[in-house]
Amino acid sequence: MRIQTENDTIAAIATALSPSGIGIVRISGPEAVNVASRVFCAGAAQRTDVSAYESHTVHYGRIADPENGRIIDEVMLLVMRAPRTYTREDTVEIDCHGGVLVTKRVLEAVLHAGARLAEPGEFTKRAYLNGRIDLSQAEAVAGIISAKNDLALRNSVRQLGGRERAEITEIRGELLREIAQIEATLDDPEHLSFDGFDTTMRKNTESQSARICRLLATADDGRRIKEGIRTVIVGRPNAGKSSLLNALLQEDRAIVTEIAGTTRDTLTEEVNLRGITLLLVDTAGIRESTDVVEALGVARAKEAAASADLILYVADSSAPIDPADRLILASCKGKPMIPLLNKSDLPPAVSAAEIGALVDESMGEGQYACESKRGDVDGHREANTATDPIMISAKTGEGIEALEERITEMFFAERLRADEECLITSERHKQELIAARDSLARVQESIDAGMSEDFYTIDLTAAYEALGRILGEEPDEDVINAIFAEFCLGK
Amino acid sequence: MNIPEYQCDSYDVAVIGAGHAGCEAALACARLGLETIVFMVSADTIALMPCNPNIGGTSKGHLVRELDALGGEMGKNIDRTYIQSKMLNRSKGPAVHSLRAQADKQRYTASMRRVMENQEHLTLKQAEVTDLLWRELADGTKEVTGVKIASGGIFPCRAAILCSGVYLNARCIYGEVSQYTGPNGLPRATKLTDSLVAAGLSVLRFKTGTPARIDGRTIDYDAMTVQKGDEPVVPFSFTNRAEDIAREQVDCYLTYTNETTHEIIRENLDRSPLFSGDIKGTGPRYCPSIEDKVVRFPDKERHQVFIEPEGEYTNEMYLSGLSSSLPEEVQIRMYRSIRGLEHAKIVRNAYAIEYDCLDATQLKPTLECKTIHGFFSAGQANGSSGYEEAAAQGLVAGMNAALLLLKRDPVVIDRSQGYIGVLIDDLVTKESREPYRMMTSRAEYRLLLRQDNADLRLTEIGHRVGLISDERYDLFVKKRDAIAEELTRLNGVILGASESVCEYLRKIGSAELRTGTSLAELLRRPEMTYEMLAPLDPERPTLDAAVIEQVEIEIKYEGYIERQRQQVEHFKKLESRRLPADLDYTAIPSLRLEARQKLQKFRPENVGQASRISGVSPADISVLLVWLGNVSRET
Repeated sequence: MRIQTENDTIAAIATALSPSGIGIVRISGPEAVNVASRVFCAGAAQRTDVSAYESHTVHYGRIADPENGRIIDEVMLLVMRAPRTYTREDTVEIDCHGGVLVTKRVLEAVLHAGARLAEPGEFTKRAYLNGRIDLSQAEAVAGIISAKNDLALRNSVRQLGGRERAEITEIRGELLREIAQIEATLDDPEHLSFDGFDTTMRKNTESQSARICRLLATADDGRRIKEGIRTVIVGRPNAGKSSLLNALLQEDRAIVTEIAGTTRDTLTEEVNLRGITLLLVDTAGIRESTDVVEALGVARAKEAAASADLILYVADSSAPIDPADRLILASCKGKPMIPLLNKSDLPPAVSAAEIGALVDESMGEGQYACESKRGDVDGHREANTATDPIMISAKTGEGIEALEERITEMFFAERLRADEECLITSERHKQELIAARDSLARVQESIDAGMSEDFYTIDLTAAYEALGRILGEEPDEDVINAIFAEFCLGK
Repeated sequence: MNIPEYQCDSYDVAVIGAGHAGCEAALACARLGLETIVFMVSADTIALMPCNPNIGGTSKGHLVRELDALGGEMGKNIDRTYIQSKMLNRSKGPAVHSLRAQADKQRYTASMRRVMENQEHLTLKQAEVTDLLWRELADGTKEVTGVKIASGGIFPCRAAILCSGVYLNARCIYGEVSQYTGPNGLPRATKLTDSLVAAGLSVLRFKTGTPARIDGRTIDYDAMTVQKGDEPVVPFSFTNRAEDIAREQVDCYLTYTNETTHEIIRENLDRSPLFSGDIKGTGPRYCPSIEDKVVRFPDKERHQVFIEPEGEYTNEMYLSGLSSSLPEEVQIRMYRSIRGLEHAKIVRNAYAIEYDCLDATQLKPTLECKTIHGFFSAGQANGSSGYEEAAAQGLVAGMNAALLLLKRDPVVIDRSQGYIGVLIDDLVTKESREPYRMMTSRAEYRLLLRQDNADLRLTEIGHRVGLISDERYDLFVKKRDAIAEELTRLNGVILGASESVCEYLRKIGSAELRTGTSLAELLRRPEMTYEMLAPLDPERPTLDAAVIEQVEIEIKYEGYIERQRQQVEHFKKLESRRLPADLDYTAIPSLRLEARQKLQKFRPENVGQASRISGVSPADISVLLVWLGNVSRET
């Protein structure tokens, strides 16, 4: 188990993704100023010694990655020395302007310069432990840490595609086999031997290492991990979800037919609305279905709704309210939501007031459109009051602009935000992959140096554990269990 | 029938059982000056070895050396009574070198008995303990007041140490036969379990087994591979030198099972109580019976069988690898199908044994019970297996019982200090489902916990407690200082790239020097040894082999050792964050429910221990740290 103690230097993106693209990378700890010195350059200089700056001053300059010297972004650098900081440790904040990806690169540069990626809630934890936050807030702080960890864990799972997950699981399995083989042999040298083991071991380590490098490459190209406000469109079959998606995308991607339940797969599309990135997820109509294929689609949609940052609920104004509407709304409880009344071009069978009442009834008044507070750092966000259904016609495009306005409004009011934990999680995955790769490199070194097998397991185990943390798994008795499962030991 | 009670002498400490745990526990208490009584079902079976005839082995050898460094007796006793000795894993790294010696079982027992009988402050008493006596304190906890024996005698005491081995409600089983005895037909203890349960403790039922003993005259050794001991041997005890204990060694032999053997086993599986369901106890995975092995590894064509002497003055031979609970007539057919055993005669047949033991998560790392003050428990009674595991716990329980009565600070060996620490921490922190056996893979800081440096790790503690004499301690300090000095010297002496130096290096097949290089740097080369450096190092002092060994290991594996030291530093931080004994975990709502329940149940001593409880996540630990910050600032 990896538990962080409190005196090293940590860094993370400290802001939610903001529409203007400003992101703050915060560094805190005894080495914060030195870390900043390794990445910051004011003016034409290669490196600037940040330690010369006075406390609580702002400086203009650029950030370069210490690994390759490449300039990443123009930034404002804020130096704050202990104790007058949030964490009561030396703190440096870097304001980046180049949007999500650049902020992420800056964070990486800072990590390359010697900081450790902060655990979820760790700044707050330090602020508390260093006496910055009042005693009475202990429980609130503990709550934030536990909520942030929950969130990170959920994100971790959701960010990991099925293929990546399978791949990492498989690599871990291979490593565990090697470890168990070595440990079993060490434990029972009279029954087992290492004859010919070195060659297979070297080959296997090399190929596992190559697999990890391939995963790292996909992590870097930014395609695997999409960042934005995860927006899920839900609604009864044929309410017009796919049409809405298309209206927002202004292109024809999903299958749109008159037959209920034709959207079998969850589609994800990226759309830029006035500078805010939405990841739009279209779902199959949520309805208990006997059709196996569709049942799968429905389950997936429920899942997508569970991990959404924003839900667009589409009701069909030309058809009366159906029990399915209640079912759908129930599965969206506690999420920020915008109700939409579609097909304003057809004669109405239900009114905006009726839909509004239904939403209130199904989700509890004031519940919808209000972000769950669990993930909230400061714990004082208000409920959204703009909850009236918007009349739209996905077909004619009527009302789409009002919807866009509502979304940006919510975003600027910080009632919505792309999840910064998302970024941290993906960065964390990457850090763990790097740790695993480096550990395997050390195994190779040990083999090359002619060390005996018991030295290999030190680093093999480290790699195994790093990959396990990506999957959210604790090693516990894995090795012992593998030894007993695969080897015949004993007196 | 009511047996009248009567009062007997009072003691400071009562030890229940005189097996490997009981002997160490009793000796530790008596040597620390406490009046100690040890009870046993038979005075003839002190430190009995009812199963395998050896001491040590992988990771267990480490335990014995650590025990010795702390002032235990096992290492000395096996050095007095071994008949063959071997360092296992010698071709591998120093961390996994493991010492194992074949014992002369009878002499091992006799020798330990002599030590026990002549120990000041120690009384030996043959009797079955039936009751643990205690009283309830004002705060609802309990305190030991004495023990009662089968004859009705009450022995008041201030501390009691349970070392009951496999004797509690024991049952021996082979085939359709059940014998309600302890091992080797010895009397079992039938009352004590009830008394422990009445005191609020929870017990588990475990199972283990032992193979047959064969008349050596009926074995054809020519058909087997001979297994010799090492020359010279390495003693277990740091107080002995190899030459002090040198002796002629006896041989062991190796043979194999075959398809016929496996066929006989498979045909009779329904008659094995392990498979018929007659045995309910949980058996160990690491020491499976031969029927287990044949079932679980059907593709294996043969299994090894080591033939080991039970002693010098007996013909009985132990069939290592053939533990079984099959009917005796199946056993004999099975043995006779094996090469070299075609005419084997069984002296004692193999059997399985079931017994009661404590759920060790009820204990603190000192091995004192969390709910009964002054009640300690050690060895198989805690769900471990093996002589060495038992002895190690016995010593720790004995030391801590004595320290408690002497009102001194307890001793807890942590996971970074020794295998003993790993063993006890695992026992009290992990909910175990099978008898626990030590394994090197359980030790995360293995490179630091070597059998060769057990004295460097633990002598200090043994001396502080009072089980290591000043004289022995002084010798230890000399050794420690000599190692440090030599390390400094080797790092400080720089060799120039002179022609004579290069010529010598060429001669021994090592790369020439380009620039000035320290002796330590040269020694770090894989092909180099301290001995080979001698011609380049004329100034070197004369040092003990043990000192040179340490210097060589420290230098050669410096990178790995340094990394583990850093890990230990991190580990120590969590270990030093103590958790208040009265902390109410249910009142910390941010902990996940499972973590709350587990923590409330285990009541770990510190944050490190909490982190090792399964079901407690790193996030829970963060929450706990926040909570602790709160608590410490309030007070």
